[in-house]
Amino acid sequence: MLKIIHMTVNGKLREIAVDERESLLDTLRNRLDLTSVKKGCEVGECGACTVLVNGEAIDSCIYLTVWAEGKHILTVEGLQGPNGELSPIQRAFVEEAAVQCGFCTPGLILTAVELVGTGKRYTREELKKQISGHLCRCTGYENILNAMERIVAEQSSLTLEEKQ
Amino acid sequence: MGVGAKSVRVDAYAKVTGQAKYTADMMPKDALCAKVIHSTIANGWVKGFHLEEALKVPGVVKIVTCFDVPDIQFGTPGHPWSVEAAHQDVQDRKILNQRVRLYGDDIAAVVAEDEVAASRAARLIGVEYEELPPIPEVEEAMAPDAPVLHEEKPGNVLVHSRLTVGEGDFEKSTSGEEGLLILEKTYRTQRVQHCHLELPVSFAYRDGNGKIVIVSSTQIPHIVRRVVGQALGIGWGQVRVIKPYIGGGFGNKQDVLYEPLNAFLCLQVGGRCVKMEISREETFVSTRVRHAITCHVKAAVRPDGTLVARKLDAYSNQGGYASHGHAIVANLANVFKQLYQDEKGMEADSYTVYTSSATGGAMRGYGIPQADFVTEAMTEDLARMLHMDPLEYRLKNCMREGYKDPHTGITFHSYGLKACIEKGREVIHWDEKRREYENQSGPVRRGIGMAIFCYKTGVHPISLETASCRMVLNQDGSIQLQMGATEIGQGADTVFTQMAAETLGFSEDKVYIISAQDTDVTPFDTGAYASRQTYVSGMALKQTAQILKGKILAYAEEMLKRPAEGMDISDNCIVDAKTKDALLSMEELATEAFYSLSHSVHITAESTVHCKDNTFASGVCFAEVEVDMPFGQVKVLRILNVHDSGILINPKLAEAQVHGGMSMGLGYGLSECLMYDKNGRPLNGNLLDYKLPTAMDTPHLEVEFVELEDPTGPYGNKALGEPPAIPVAPALRNAVLHATGVAIDSLPMDPQKMVAAFQEAGLI
Amino acid sequence: MYDIEGIYQAKNVQDAIAALVRQPDAVVISGGSDVLIRIREGKLAGCRLVSIHNIPELKEIYREADGTIVIGPGAAFSHITKDRLIQTWIPVLGEAVDMVGGPQIRNIGTIGGNVCNGATSADSASTLFTLNAVLELAGPDGVRQVPIAEFYTGPGRTVRCREEILTAIRIAKKDYKDFFGKYIKYGKRNAMEIATLGCAVHVKLAKAREGAVQTGMYAPQDKKYVEELRIAYGVAAPTPVRCRETERKAAGMPVGPELIAMVGKSVLEEVNPRSSWRASKEFRVQLVEEMAKRALTEALVRAGVPEDVLNPEHTPNNIQNDTRKYAENDAGNQAENDAENHTKDSKREEKRAGGERNA
Repeated sequence: MLKIIHMTVNGKLREIAVDERESLLDTLRNRLDLTSVKKGCEVGECGACTVLVNGEAIDSCIYLTVWAEGKHILTVEGLQGPNGELSPIQRAFVEEAAVQCGFCTPGLILTAVELVGTGKRYTREELKKQISGHLCRCTGYENILNAMERIVAEQSSLTLEEKQ
Repeated sequence: MGVGAKSVRVDAYAKVTGQAKYTADMMPKDALCAKVIHSTIANGWVKGFHLEEALKVPGVVKIVTCFDVPDIQFGTPGHPWSVEAAHQDVQDRKILNQRVRLYGDDIAAVVAEDEVAASRAARLIGVEYEELPPIPEVEEAMAPDAPVLHEEKPGNVLVHSRLTVGEGDFEKSTSGEEGLLILEKTYRTQRVQHCHLELPVSFAYRDGNGKIVIVSSTQIPHIVRRVVGQALGIGWGQVRVIKPYIGGGFGNKQDVLYEPLNAFLCLQVGGRCVKMEISREETFVSTRVRHAITCHVKAAVRPDGTLVARKLDAYSNQGGYASHGHAIVANLANVFKQLYQDEKGMEADSYTVYTSSATGGAMRGYGIPQADFVTEAMTEDLARMLHMDPLEYRLKNCMREGYKDPHTGITFHSYGLKACIEKGREVIHWDEKRREYENQSGPVRRGIGMAIFCYKTGVHPISLETASCRMVLNQDGSIQLQMGATEIGQGADTVFTQMAAETLGFSEDKVYIISAQDTDVTPFDTGAYASRQTYVSGMALKQTAQILKGKILAYAEEMLKRPAEGMDISDNCIVDAKTKDALLSMEELATEAFYSLSHSVHITAESTVHCKDNTFASGVCFAEVEVDMPFGQVKVLRILNVHDSGILINPKLAEAQVHGGMSMGLGYGLSECLMYDKNGRPLNGNLLDYKLPTAMDTPHLEVEFVELEDPTGPYGNKALGEPPAIPVAPALRNAVLHATGVAIDSLPMDPQKMVAAFQEAGLI
Repeated sequence: MYDIEGIYQAKNVQDAIAALVRQPDAVVISGGSDVLIRIREGKLAGCRLVSIHNIPELKEIYREADGTIVIGPGAAFSHITKDRLIQTWIPVLGEAVDMVGGPQIRNIGTIGGNVCNGATSADSASTLFTLNAVLELAGPDGVRQVPIAEFYTGPGRTVRCREEILTAIRIAKKDYKDFFGKYIKYGKRNAMEIATLGCAVHVKLAKAREGAVQTGMYAPQDKKYVEELRIAYGVAAPTPVRCRETERKAAGMPVGPELIAMVGKSVLEEVNPRSSWRASKEFRVQLVEEMAKRALTEALVRAGVPEDVLNPEHTPNNIQNDTRKYAENDAGNQAENDAENHTKDSKREEKRAGGERNA
């Protein structure tokens, strides 16, 4: 049975008819063509389908779309600037060679967005814990952590400057 | 710019923005959904199906069973085809199989309007079996009364091969000499899975020309085309395979997994588009795994540390189907042979044995992670027996400069092995740490260990090495670069772009590589496997670039009325070869060439390389660990890989490639293992129970290189893709041995095994 | 897409109960990280769902006037960990649920779901056992309170009836005040893991001489005694278990290596770990003893006992580091212990205590 859902996706309010059996992963990929949201296990074990719901990273494969009524959803498609410029987080992933096959990348970038959003500084060990819900077989997490470390440092110092 | 630059990946922008399209991202919305029915027994026969209830499920379009498929046997490994029957791959499976050879064998398939209907129907299908005893392990499969899995191979031994060096008889080499120290041991490795993040996924439809188009997440599009043709009994040209971006393969997608079934199902529903998304659980159970190999070894050393002779008996658990088959354990025996020099000789017997368990296929390192565990654990045990520093022992006995394999002729053209050992020794403070960790007590102890390795770059002369490249000059002076070689996450597109820029004298932004392979468009290449692409496909690229450059300069000669020999290309311009003064921009030249009223020519180049060379890469891993004995846990304090991989095309990507391999090695050494119950049923085929390392399980990964130009590599380069995964597990094992005095002789070194070993040793 | 017949999104607890009564085949879904997986596996395929996912009243964490901490079962793990009341009064629970799965799961999975699954491996369970948590169940016949020790009836089974909703997890002040604790999760990796074994310890020490704790000094004459020890395990039996005989033996014992050794051995008499493909009984037995010792040691250190008094020869480096970090946090807790000086929270507590909750 189709059901009308209202949610803000990448800054735009959307009204869409969904099957109530759909996961948010299904809806974002199949109805909104947001294919950066990847399917890797369907049971919340790999993190490839991570999106932000109201600013928090969740596995969209085990989140029913009907729960998203009235919520704010962010995928990497919503990160670029108006002229296509990369966000600082995306740029850090590119420049630190944190991307290989690219399948875990969008989810990890969204976790980075969540962390940057907290305004906190994180040690490398803390960052490891924060990304431990994302499996990656290509990188050994090394350059991903380098990118995360860089971005968290950049962003928290930015905030400081702004305060001053 | 060019070779040696730390260029950003050409696909990074697309991958961080979600623009990069993978197979599932391109599926037509109206595609039918296919679901494979897998056997729930490990050995036996399908006698019949009950499909009535399943067919009643709304949305079910078609159910196809093993009784409906062509009576054609085919093989699935991503090897080049051989025109000699004796060298062709074993053809031992059908699209769906009546004879069940593993738990999770493919016996039927449902095609439905959506995944829920397909799943509901799948649950309602009844299967009648005639069961045979499961024989998931080699010992069971080789037992005299074991049921035969493939009637072509009574006794279940797929292949037994033997190789010898020197005297080639361990007993003879050791019987005459007094005072030799003899080691006799058994080392075991486990089954592991690739765990590429993107699952095997494909969709197939029949196009307007009557061709079957398959879009698939594969490392080997041209081989998929051939195998689909063979499996369906149709012309290979009737099959078109498209490979978009893929989310990792690591060898599992160097096998033709479900494309033949996908193509068959498409034809069964009148050519409508059918999609197949294989689940994570199915991937663990029904695709491919790394072979579990058990090795019985003997070795004799002289008290002065000289390795005198060795003997190896290796038993490789092939699983239900041949796939890559004996190539894996044969590779193991070769590295066992190559890595150390026996004064008198060595002998190796290798067996590949069918069992009723997951099929062993290609996986990063192709038998060599197993080989290195056996060889380097044994080496460590020998050094320990001799009370010799294991590093010194290795320097004394390891393969030497200029090594040439007595059987394959593969030569170590650029030798960096000892330089790697010395570099690592210094960086990790080997000598100090070995001393520091002597004579420890207490439940938590530290140790340092190492393992060396060698690895051949391509597959010549065991298989054909062939590759093609095409370059097309655009009107604006840029080029399209088309490779048959595939980007699978490793960075192939980026290094090919750098290579083209280097040889052509272009900047990288003028090189547009077409990432997707399409067998109807892309030149031929056998694909991403071994560590061959930068080497073999790189040769094709270099040769093609030289041809293109020649054509460009010839046209410049026409335009500028100067002899081509006196000109060169630099920074996207025709330049004076001596002064480097710019004479003409590439854009001007290209536009003229396209639209000239006097001589219009479309400048392109395409060429094939039949590579008849090969070379060894090598390196070493050093690991420093802290072992918490009451908890059976290993904490890696430092881990360092040093690689001899020739000239690095892109040092930043090279380093990243090593990180990934080390991570895979850490999982192999400490946590990963596919487990089966006594009925051959997999126990932990999911990403929760299968212990892939998370970020919290991964230490800082240190990487060093010894860059020596290899004379055979197109840019002085040689293997790097697979080597990083090879030496990590034995280095960890040897570090644990150093810390605790306990030798763990099987992988993985999981806590339960470690606790049992420490209890047995009276340490806890 | 999940194979479900339908989903009813309940507006509140009563609405959910009514829906469950109305639909005899319906299953409650909260965070979804367990139920959806069982649907996909086929075990619950074709079921109807009653969702309590978006019921705000089930997500609240507050403290009542008598000091009872009430945790809404719909609170996500990460929200519990970040909650100031939890951090202040029962930090161990926040740490325990911070070990569930990975961050994304912790943002969605709920403590109520963790408990109601009936899994012996639930990371919250053993800590809740040592806190004598009381579970409030609301059903068609009214509300009942079940001590957590009586909640589990077997693997995956609890006393909760299908139509009942867990509405609160209550922890009385006497069960957390002056207790210091530690939860150790033993897994095969450090994240995305089901516990091979979980061990929670809470310990309350008999008052030392005045001034001893405040000055941080610890002389032999200040020797402390165990006033009350609570120790519980997950995966050491088909359900989480408390080791009450060990607790009785420990009561009154002086703090020191003997205590730790006694507890390590004694717990072995009270657990019944099984062999499974995940871990053998022998391995789990080894862990049972070792984890008791390590968790107790850490809890004692957090209670202010200097490490050298405990002389733990088995303390590896990582735990030592953890301890140092923790000692700083606890200094704050200690000072705050009896001071009812909250501003924001205390208002909410009053409101709550004022009897608004009639559900």
